[in-house]
Amino acid sequence: MSAGLIYAVTGALLFSLGLYGLIVHAHLVRKILAFNIMGSGTFLVLVGLAQRTDSADPVPHALVLTGIVVAVSATAFALILARRLFAASGRCTLPGEGEA
Amino acid sequence: MIRIQENFSIFASLRQEIISSSPFLMMPRALVGILAAGLGALLAWVMLGLPATSGRVPALVAAHMNRSGVTHDVTAVLLNFRGYDTLLEIAVLLLAVLGVLAVRLAAADTGGTLPAPPGALLRALTNLVVPLMVLVAGYLLWAGAHRPGGAFQAGAVLAAAGVLLRLSGRLPALLPPRFWLRAGLLIGFAVFLAVALGMTVAGDALLEYPAAQAGAWITLIEATLTLSIGLILVSLFVGALAPDGARGKTDA
Repeated sequence: MSAGLIYAVTGALLFSLGLYGLIVHAHLVRKILAFNIMGSGTFLVLVGLAQRTDSADPVPHALVLTGIVVAVSATAFALILARRLFAASGRCTLPGEGEA
Repeated sequence: MIRIQENFSIFASLRQEIISSSPFLMMPRALVGILAAGLGALLAWVMLGLPATSGRVPALVAAHMNRSGVTHDVTAVLLNFRGYDTLLEIAVLLLAVLGVLAVRLAAADTGGTLPAPPGALLRALTNLVVPLMVLVAGYLLWAGAHRPGGAFQAGAVLAAAGVLLRLSGRLPALLPPRFWLRAGLLIGFAVFLAVALGMTVAGDALLEYPAAQAGAWITLIEATLTLSIGLILVSLFVGALAPDGARGKTDA
């Protein structure tokens, strides 16, 4: 098993771990964190699969570089939406989910 | 001017475990765990069975490197072969910062709060490292043409310097965005889009630089991208800081 494949398999495990957290937790900050773990798993899969051979494939690497910056900015936007919801309602869960 | 908040309102409730209870997610956690673990195992199993080649894309990239204007393959993909992705990426960044500016709590404008009082150590450290970080950002931007580096890494380092400045109280809170801030947020996308449209009008496809000048165009785009990415990331951070008035009912 090459090092790249180990990274990719780890990414798949991180993805399912994040999916579990996203479903199980109702707190929005926990959901955002879980979603980021899923995203990191996806990046790890892309980067890992791209470097199984001797010369790494630059296209997935460029995609991940793009993805990281988008993920960071989307996370910031999600956090400020959560904060706005909290300021407006005193809750940090979505309607219909567990009470804060 | 800078008030200190003892209590991270929204994060206070993080200590208690709140379990999702929406009707269609009422299945027990154990079942969710088993399903998620099964998905992970399935994904891993599929990956283990993949052929070890990456298809013909790496060969295509290698074959066209001499026309890309740079010598590092990831930068060539980002700014030339798949420049479309990067153009849309900076557009997404701009949308995110517009969203943050639009829904930020009004109190973020009038001073905001810092998570902790800036201590003497943080101030001294900021004095030392911020000039170095600007230097490193410049190096990363330059290095992107021939080794790992480029606008995103350089922008991220600039943004980290901005976050340090904000945490040490040097950078003011997000004022109602003035002209220069708006221009800085926009310039990366605007220059990139102008170059892309210019290339289209000049006869080639969107974002297809003439091979001889590709390096110059990429350098111009990357320099403005660095500035905009740094400003956007700092604005996201500053805009999301807790304002004083945001304490919710759950805080004692």
